[in-house]
Amino acid sequence: MTVDIGRTAKPPGRIRTALARHWYAWAMVAPVVIVLGLIIGYPLGRGVYLSLTDADETNVERTIGINHLPATYRFTGLDNFTAVLKDEVFLDRLLWTVTWTVSCVAVTFCLGLGLAVLLNRRFAGRAVYRSLLILPWAVPAFVSVFAWRLLYNERNGILNKLLDGGGIDAVPWLNDPTLAKVSVIAVNVWIGVPFMLVALLGGLQSIPGERYEAAEMDGASPWQRFRHITLPGLRAVSSTVVLLSTIWTFNMFPVIYLLTRGGPGDTTEILVTYAYRISFVNSPRDYAGASAWGVLILLILLLFAVVYRRALRKQGEV
Amino acid sequence: MRDRRRGPLASIGLHTTLILASAVAVFPPLWLLVTSFKPKGEAFSTDVIKDPTLGNYGHVLGDTEFPTWFGNSLLVVGCTTVLGVFIAATTGYAVSRFRFPGMRPLMWLLLVIQMFPVAILIVPLYTIMSTLGWLNQPVSLIVTYLTVAVPFCAWMMKGYFDTIPVDIDESGRVDGLNPFGAFWRLVVPLAKPGIAVTAFYTFITAWAEVAYASAFMTGEENLTLAAGLQTFVNQYTSDWGAMTAAAVMIATPAALVFAWVQRHLVAGLTAGATKS
Repeated sequence: MTVDIGRTAKPPGRIRTALARHWYAWAMVAPVVIVLGLIIGYPLGRGVYLSLTDADETNVERTIGINHLPATYRFTGLDNFTAVLKDEVFLDRLLWTVTWTVSCVAVTFCLGLGLAVLLNRRFAGRAVYRSLLILPWAVPAFVSVFAWRLLYNERNGILNKLLDGGGIDAVPWLNDPTLAKVSVIAVNVWIGVPFMLVALLGGLQSIPGERYEAAEMDGASPWQRFRHITLPGLRAVSSTVVLLSTIWTFNMFPVIYLLTRGGPGDTTEILVTYAYRISFVNSPRDYAGASAWGVLILLILLLFAVVYRRALRKQGEV
Repeated sequence: MRDRRRGPLASIGLHTTLILASAVAVFPPLWLLVTSFKPKGEAFSTDVIKDPTLGNYGHVLGDTEFPTWFGNSLLVVGCTTVLGVFIAATTGYAVSRFRFPGMRPLMWLLLVIQMFPVAILIVPLYTIMSTLGWLNQPVSLIVTYLTVAVPFCAWMMKGYFDTIPVDIDESGRVDGLNPFGAFWRLVVPLAKPGIAVTAFYTFITAWAEVAYASAFMTGEENLTLAAGLQTFVNQYTSDWGAMTAAAVMIATPAALVFAWVQRHLVAGLTAGATKS
């Protein structure tokens, strides 16, 4: 029941015609539109406004006990943005965020694909392997991060104890700038592989087996079959999962925040966690600066979303 | 799925790789579980099981605010899930079934909002909650989590409604049901599994939210689990025993729910892609 109309309606009573045809569809989407307008539209507008002021912890409107203090911050135009963009911190964090996102997604995808290909055949124990491999997805991410902190612990963690048994000195997993970066990526990959694996396995199973049989008859090698049947067959699924996991990784707050708090120094701080640091960890809390970071992050993501939309449109979605 | 003969060498390689990968996947949570049964002060001993004890669990349940946090989390996450599914259900149906002016921008919006990072909304939401005097109240987290849950639920449910043949609605319309009637009496009952999966995934996501929970809630008795767990191991204290026991109790219900919904979950998340 595809009710397609609206554009073709002619002026006399055009709005009324549209209303008569579409009122139920509009009524059905109304709750979401209203709720999102209230809880996202309004805060978003306020965030943009805050980014143009000098608001911080000491001058915003707030209620302490029964005392109500009015706001005293001032409008300062684009000062925050020029300050952020002149500062090298933003570029540094952006660079690391992109590195972090690209390496996490690439490694996760390759591991997920490899394991999916291995699991996409009949053999004893397949179901057991599958359930073991997706376990990391079942555990809430913040719990997994604490599990990894237990393993990474420099003085007493099991990883260093094992290395010690092999005669290797303790490794500062989370306290050396470079190693900390590798460690956070490893944890995020560990968390992300199961989703890739399950999604790609579903994609593999939807590729008709006859194609492989035909290719085999034509004498195609395993690599050729993978290259010319498996990969094209996975295009639709993989473009979706790669985009989803790119967005998730870009915004992956808990892994960084709980594993290293962005440290040592601010070397593992991604854009999202750094904005959080400005607004809630540093003192005084710089709400205006954090809002400016937020707006910049939003612009980056919107740019990405435009590309995303184009990719989806190619697939005939949206 | 292919069924071909493999040489013994290939077979060994297959199983070795999968055993190694499984070990890496299972080890961290397993070690957490093992550690939680170790006596106090021996969290880092490498003996796998020497004098196993439930002491950590007793300590967490009896001497800490853990039960309060658990209650707070249940309240916040439960309300978020119910409201999210309820608000989003009709929208998921409308964008799945009808072509109407404003539909494309709406779908676009639902997608884009899911990309919103915490960083953009957290400060304005914080100042709004502070103005309203809602900080440290569960309602602030419920409202905040809805910003994520509503678009996500609408998007997921659209995917499930797409899988229900439109003939069903049409036959209902022929029998005199209006679109709301067809939705409520015919489609919702059929979509129950999909709605359940959406609800449970929303539940798990909100259960594991860290940033808002850490920023909005202060004071031991107001924390949710994600914020509370951090209090066991921070720069001042490191009670690894209590942390591991609490972690196991947080993860177990989530993992059980997950085990139940995961098969349907991927279908929902990638619905757009697998549909030809």
